[in-house]
Amino acid sequence: ICSPQNYPLYIRSVPTENELKFHYTVHTSLDVVDEKISAMGKALVDQRELYLGLLYPTEDYKVYGYVTNSKVKFVMVVDSSNTALRDNEIRSMFRKLHNSYTDIMCNPFYNPGDRIHSRAFDNMVNSMMMQVC
Amino acid sequence: ITEVCGAKRVGYFGPAQFYIALKLIAAAQSGFPVRIESIKNELPLPRFMALKNDSEVRYGTPAELHGVKFQVPHATLEKNSYKRTDEGDKQEPKSPPMSPICSPPASPSTYQRIPLSYGYGKSRSGLEQQHGAPYEVRHSTHQQDGPSSGNYGAKPALACSTLNRSLSAEREQQDSSAHYSDDPWRITEEQRDYYINQFRSLQPDLNSFISGSMAKNFFTKSKLPIPELSHIWELSDVDCDGALTLPEFCAAFHLVVARKNGYQLPETLPETLLPEYLQAASLKPMRDCALFDSYSESLPGGQQTRDFSWTEKASAEEVPDNSALLQDAKKGDKQALKVSTALKTIPKEFQHLTVKTAAQESNALKARPRSRSYSSTSLEDAMKKGEEPPTPPPRPQKSHSRASSLDLNKIFQQNTQAVRSGWLPPPPPALPPRPSVSQTEQVSEVELHPQMNRPPSQAEENSSAKKEVVLAQPPSKPARRKLRTEAQGLETPELSPTVNVTSSLPAVKPHLPVQKQSSKQKRAIQTAIRKNKEANAVLARLNSELQQQLKEVHKERIALETQLEQLRPVTVL
Repeated sequence: ICSPQNYPLYIRSVPTENELKFHYTVHTSLDVVDEKISAMGKALVDQRELYLGLLYPTEDYKVYGYVTNSKVKFVMVVDSSNTALRDNEIRSMFRKLHNSYTDIMCNPFYNPGDRIHSRAFDNMVNSMMMQVC
Repeated sequence: ITEVCGAKRVGYFGPAQFYIALKLIAAAQSGFPVRIESIKNELPLPRFMALKNDSEVRYGTPAELHGVKFQVPHATLEKNSYKRTDEGDKQEPKSPPMSPICSPPASPSTYQRIPLSYGYGKSRSGLEQQHGAPYEVRHSTHQQDGPSSGNYGAKPALACSTLNRSLSAEREQQDSSAHYSDDPWRITEEQRDYYINQFRSLQPDLNSFISGSMAKNFFTKSKLPIPELSHIWELSDVDCDGALTLPEFCAAFHLVVARKNGYQLPETLPETLLPEYLQAASLKPMRDCALFDSYSESLPGGQQTRDFSWTEKASAEEVPDNSALLQDAKKGDKQALKVSTALKTIPKEFQHLTVKTAAQESNALKARPRSRSYSSTSLEDAMKKGEEPPTPPPRPQKSHSRASSLDLNKIFQQNTQAVRSGWLPPPPPALPPRPSVSQTEQVSEVELHPQMNRPPSQAEENSSAKKEVVLAQPPSKPARRKLRTEAQGLETPELSPTVNVTSSLPAVKPHLPVQKQSSKQKRAIQTAIRKNKEANAVLARLNSELQQQLKEVHKERIALETQLEQLRPVTVL
């Protein structure tokens, strides 16, 4: 999860080796996300446009993007060997992420722009990732 | 003393009588006259030199246990004190009473709670003789433990409002005795009252809620670190709406209190702090107030009226539960109460808003209030209530969610006219371009699939289907454009019939209950907004294309006409 200013609010990876590589991938994918956002042109952002789809596939993994109305970006990197993951599932995962993010926002003690420390959010993300792996 | 405490009247020393007797003994030893009123004073512990030896030991320890509002830290102390009794009494270290027993609300002094092994419920405060009948069977067996049960702590007046300990005791009795005793996550009556007062100080209307910022300021005063407060908020704001209803607030406050007293915050909200539980719990004692006839004067006036007002409203539902509760044990009944209230309110949720009677509404309000709350409104609960077990039937989302978004600002008990009027205006103004989102969906679908699914039923348009349709739209759009040329001419007149047909549907929508949780609604609303905008854009594009084609057709026509005229003289000639 990256803020509108493109710094990370939350990063989590499941196989914790090579974590740095995933971080780097996320960082580079931000460019693609920005490009897609600016390409849209309109002031309105739809649900359809919130989900950016496959940003780019590399030999090892695929990167999916999602942007909220407040320009908070969710980037997901999945293993290419995981062919069971379909587009719909990615979408539903992003939707869940978005909902949990909204719930975090509701917390008055959370300042937008802070790192996300919510345990409930962590649990949700963990369960989601476990489900996939 | 025997006569005053009522033992003579009922013929035995039940716990109620016993406690009064002990208090009177203490009063007499302190020099007060032996009268009921004297137990209202703050009394030291009665000194029982002649009784068992270790009673002194025990009476020594409660001295440590005074003076703190919250019973949680006493848990360990009381546990120690109990363990010291080697009387083999039945108050096993099942522990330390969660909260001190409080004598009649007017009295500042309180008794310690007796563990549930005695099966006590209410009789702790010694003012519950009226419950003697159902409980006497249980209590009589424990009479001999009288002295051992006298582990009183005369607590100084609590800062919180006085409360009727019997209420919480009664509640305790209903719960499983197993994990009642030292559960730090259980809110006692006095705590509850304190929380309620604090709530009142922030928000006078108890049925309303506290906004996030107000709550933030309030809880920041507790000087807990912000991440912990954040976590507490996450735990207690069950419906994740950024506002705290009364039970949520009580839960949050209780967590703050627990944290300040050294307890680690749990990962998930304990069952006893769930809003449903707290609501049911707060109602049950209120209901039992109706049973307190002889000691009604002991209730503080204000609380009593509040209790009775709650009782009256809830009486319809609660009375049958009450009788059930009075009988057997504990947690099963409590759960039955919860479930029964839940069940009663589930059908209520499913009823049409317009159909609900005022009594029903108030019942639903009281019994299962406000698990959903919106910052901008006051009484939204039954409309929005997230009743977790029953998933609401898949409503025809779009128009419904839009209408519900408008209803967000409506008071719950608005009459049908208001509700309907609130729902109808949105559709008509949008009628020409887009009577409703579902309409739009239909319109766009009609455009794309001219021969197919004319007025698709609203129910079919769940959000995922919509999204897929919507997603299908852009790719197919360019293809469709070519096909559209004359078909558009056909479609535009056909659009209006569909518009008319489906415009009647939004009128029907208001009758459908709004049951979704606010998060789903938010999603639905967002989706609806996006759909609307997208459809708007689509229609605008369509419009411009049509205009374009119209112009082209005009040009062609003119060109043809000129050609014709050019040719005509030739043919004529």
